[in-house]
Amino acid sequence: MKFAVIVFPGSNCDIDMYHAIKDELGEEVEYVWHDSESLAEFDGILLPGGFSYGDYLRCGAIARFSNVMNEVIKAAEAGKPVLGVCNGLQILLEAGLLPGAMKRNESLSFICKPVKLKVENNQTMFTSEYEEGEIITVPIAHGEGNYYCDEETLEHLKANHQIAFTYYGENPNGSLANIAGITNEKGNVLGMMPHPERCVDDLLGGSDGLKLFQSIVKHWREINVVKA
Amino acid sequence: MYKVKVYVTLKESVLDPQGAAVKNSLQSLGYKEVTDIRIGKYMELQVEKSDRDINEVIDEICDKLLANVVIEDYRYEIEEVVTQ
Repeated sequence: MKFAVIVFPGSNCDIDMYHAIKDELGEEVEYVWHDSESLAEFDGILLPGGFSYGDYLRCGAIARFSNVMNEVIKAAEAGKPVLGVCNGLQILLEAGLLPGAMKRNESLSFICKPVKLKVENNQTMFTSEYEEGEIITVPIAHGEGNYYCDEETLEHLKANHQIAFTYYGENPNGSLANIAGITNEKGNVLGMMPHPERCVDDLLGGSDGLKLFQSIVKHWREINVVKA
Repeated sequence: MYKVKVYVTLKESVLDPQGAAVKNSLQSLGYKEVTDIRIGKYMELQVEKSDRDINEVIDEICDKLLANVVIEDYRYEIEEVVTQ
């Protein structure tokens, strides 16, 4: 399986993402610059964290209009797995690939620490290797991760099982319904504030994020194994 | 030429964490009469005349980029600048 790590000016978790795929997962991966006009050769698209375009105006607002985003939208429509982490999630929200928006953390502080997450839905292509209700530890690092959507959208997210991860025990940023990660309706786009790519090896302090990437590959193999 | 002043604020229904912090600060300074603060953004645009209606252009710009209409409202004032 071949992954693209999209690099925007100001991305800073791209190397972690690349490392997770190449060294921990053992799959193919390439960096793709934000002005690229094709993602056709890739099977999975990863939008890393950082501060794209300085996060001027709003987090992700400017990155959303870069050339490569048209291709990311196409890939999402084609059903390819698209994962946005942290700033990557903010870009997916601005692009309308996921519903809702981010506000400043309730505490107004930038928070950087490991948090506990609950796997709310393990029936997605990103979470199938986890147990339902499994509690995992994944680091967060953000100033604007306070998820917001209107009542109607929240009901829709719940009814459609689009809430993949919630904060467990403590809600670090004030997110509505403790939401830490959501998928689109089709389930092939996942956005989450916590950083699974930062915990893929015990040397990094934990490996609870690894199963997320393993789930993506497992799903892809199940579909594409016939071709091999 | 137009000078356009755009104001972007969080929607009334959305809690504003920055506004709440600044309000608490003012109240602890003794300004008990301040009951609410909404923090927003103010932008000034210089826009050349074109064959498109200026209101239509500004609405489009605000919806597309300047505001995130999921959580923000915007309003604007348009002033015609006469150059001599």
